[in-house]
Amino acid sequence: METAISMTDVHKHFGRTHALDGLDLSVRTGEVHGFLGPNGAGKSTTIRVLLGLLRADSGKATLLGGDPWRDATSLHRRLAYVSGDVTLWPALSGGEIIDLLGRLRGGLNVKRRQELIERFELDPRKKARTYSKGNRQKVGLIAALASDVELLLLDEPTSGLDPLMEAVFQECVNEERRAGRTVLLSSHILAEVESLCDRVSIIRKGRVVETGTLAELRHLTRTSITAELTAEPGDLAALPGVHDLRTEGAHVTFEVDTSRIDGALKALTAVGVRSLTSRPPTLEELFLRHYEDELKPGPAEDGASTS
Amino acid sequence: MNFAGTWSLVRLALRRDRILLPVWLIAFALILQSAVATFTKLYDTAQERAELAASVASNPTFEALYGPLYGDSTGAFLSWRYGTTIGVFAALMSLLIAVRHTRAEEETGRLELVRAGVVGRLAPLTSSLITVYLANLVLFALTAAITAGGGLDGAGSIAFAFQITVNGVVFGTLAGLTAQITESARFASGLAGLALGGCYLLRAVGDTGGPAWLSWLSPIGWALRLRPFEENAWWVLGLFAALTAVLLTGAYSLQRRRDFGAGLVAPRPGPATARPSLRTPLALAWRLQRGLLLGWVIGFVLLGAVFGGAANGVEDIFDSNPQLMEVLERLDQGSIIDIYMTMIMGITALIVSVYSIQATLRLRAEETGLLAEPVLATGVGRVKWAAGHLAFAVIGPAVLLLTAGAAMGLVYGAAVGDVGGQLTSSLRSSAVQLPAVWVLTGLAVALFGLAPRLAALAWAALVVFVLLGQLGPILQLDQWAMDLSPFTHVPAPSASTFDAAPLLWLLALAAALTTAGLTGLRRRDIASAG
Repeated sequence: METAISMTDVHKHFGRTHALDGLDLSVRTGEVHGFLGPNGAGKSTTIRVLLGLLRADSGKATLLGGDPWRDATSLHRRLAYVSGDVTLWPALSGGEIIDLLGRLRGGLNVKRRQELIERFELDPRKKARTYSKGNRQKVGLIAALASDVELLLLDEPTSGLDPLMEAVFQECVNEERRAGRTVLLSSHILAEVESLCDRVSIIRKGRVVETGTLAELRHLTRTSITAELTAEPGDLAALPGVHDLRTEGAHVTFEVDTSRIDGALKALTAVGVRSLTSRPPTLEELFLRHYEDELKPGPAEDGASTS
Repeated sequence: MNFAGTWSLVRLALRRDRILLPVWLIAFALILQSAVATFTKLYDTAQERAELAASVASNPTFEALYGPLYGDSTGAFLSWRYGTTIGVFAALMSLLIAVRHTRAEEETGRLELVRAGVVGRLAPLTSSLITVYLANLVLFALTAAITAGGGLDGAGSIAFAFQITVNGVVFGTLAGLTAQITESARFASGLAGLALGGCYLLRAVGDTGGPAWLSWLSPIGWALRLRPFEENAWWVLGLFAALTAVLLTGAYSLQRRRDFGAGLVAPRPGPATARPSLRTPLALAWRLQRGLLLGWVIGFVLLGAVFGGAANGVEDIFDSNPQLMEVLERLDQGSIIDIYMTMIMGITALIVSVYSIQATLRLRAEETGLLAEPVLATGVGRVKWAAGHLAFAVIGPAVLLLTAGAAMGLVYGAAVGDVGGQLTSSLRSSAVQLPAVWVLTGLAVALFGLAPRLAALAWAALVVFVLLGQLGPILQLDQWAMDLSPFTHVPAPSASTFDAAPLLWLLALAAALTTAGLTGLRRRDIASAG
């Protein structure tokens, strides 16, 4: 099977809120897929639709070759899920909950369970009500990672983990990848995404606005240009793909869509260039651009509609 | 500074309870209003009242349920019939509110955010107690206004208003204390509720032939001894003041001593691995619900035993009164003991319905607490998940009713030397109530599956059924209205014309409602955060 998750034009309303607005998402088997977007963009809704907890209003979703709503129970035996805010039964101990969730899924690798408890430094004897946020996440992670499943759905799984545990988590995900498992990882931690993910999808207001490898995504963003020209330039703002232009005499700074950089440079050299610096977008800029509330129209959105 | 922010928290509590509190208070006011109207209209001559008093005195069931009748004035009837009942429910309301704004807030972590503001250490406890006292103050004013407005004696109305509200104050304060003991809000309200049930039973034993001092151990017994409209024994209020002061001292000294979020005892560590048996949704539901069921079973053993003991005096009265015997035969519902057991079990069934709704709505609590999600994300289907909890909502009421029936039959049977016969008869009286209780379970499941946000309406349905059963005959409601309640359809098990058909209809209705609810659950969205 080539694709582990495929969603096409999925819509989901809650009353008047349009949580998913024609979402398309494709996760290939065996890849670690990053799932990014601002708060309220629809990440958790997407994952809950994939879990069959919510029913999509329209559109098509396929998970491990099955229908996430109709075949929920049988599909769930092949996947594990960790939410961003793991809730536990207060009167049960962490160890009991790990075992229970594993058994409800149809089995748990006891050796791996023990190994993970040690690596995550969890005290499994404590009652769940006494766990901190980070420890609750560990319980959820251990229960998921100790199961022999094909697919991991992780919804901001490391919220509340300390940096050491974050590193343990990254090791674990890399091991999962080597074992051939598919991971959908929703996250805000860019370093985590950069080091773990093969491909990334960015979701905004219920739609995936970009998807691809990080290198591909960088290509879709803007490059900052600062140039000292030999004369005052003409109307650079009229050039396609140029934004935030500031001109002080012969000194210009602007941003240009990376795909249109060629045209902009030609315009500058036509005037005559004395000096020029160009800075490719940082990863932060890449994401911030999509997290900002008002997205200016640009090639990024064109890219989204064709992806 | 320990009290800083108290008034803001009172306003927050009132804001959060802006529907809950008025619903309780309006329900109380409606019952009182119709009760006053009924007693003043239907029993307005001295002769009618004397007859009523005689019939009350002849049936110890009444004494066991409501306490002794202290006179034959209209006010005395009102106080006897409603003082204890509404007083107990006001106490229940108060203890739930007290826990809701103290330990429940602390357990969910919301109070942490509040306490990080300019809010003193003692402000949350103080503000929730003030909220409870305010609610009881409003109930006090309503009660006094309704009774005095109905033409009853002013001083008596005041005493009656005290009778109804003092236990709200006592048990609300007690809940403020039990909230300090462990980290669990369920435990806090469970313990206070158990104390309330225990006090009610102490009084019932004391008032029905048991040692009379038992009634004096119970604040519910004290409230009766105010004897509103007859003696107005104001000094009894001193007992309440003293008890409340003791409880307040206890609650505040515990609150001062403990850490935020902690109880008196640090929770013990649990096992590092789960038992092999903890592998199904049913096993999980057992872990989550067994404490509740155990508490109820203990309560019902006591309840059955108390009312079984009280049954002892019933037959004597009738043996010495041939006219009453004649009435009985015409009623054709079996012997006086059969009628007594049927009546007690009718009330017991209403109480069991509280459990059945509680056990069913645990499903909704798990869902909104996001605890259904991790289970449903494993290989467990929705119906299987729900069935784990529904096992308790279906089998639990059977266990409780039969426990109460068995305890009653054994105690009474041992007293009259006929354990076998009495046990059979009391178990039969309790078993016939089951289908009606299951209708409430079914209703709660249907609401949970089809209209989950309205699941709490199951409680409203129970309140309506209770009111129909309690007030219907007095208000002489039409039969169709009475028929709305499943409990109207329970046949008398010892009648010679016993007809099982209504039971089958009730069973079919319960099954249909449950099926509809589960079908709805399979089709709907599972609640997510926020």
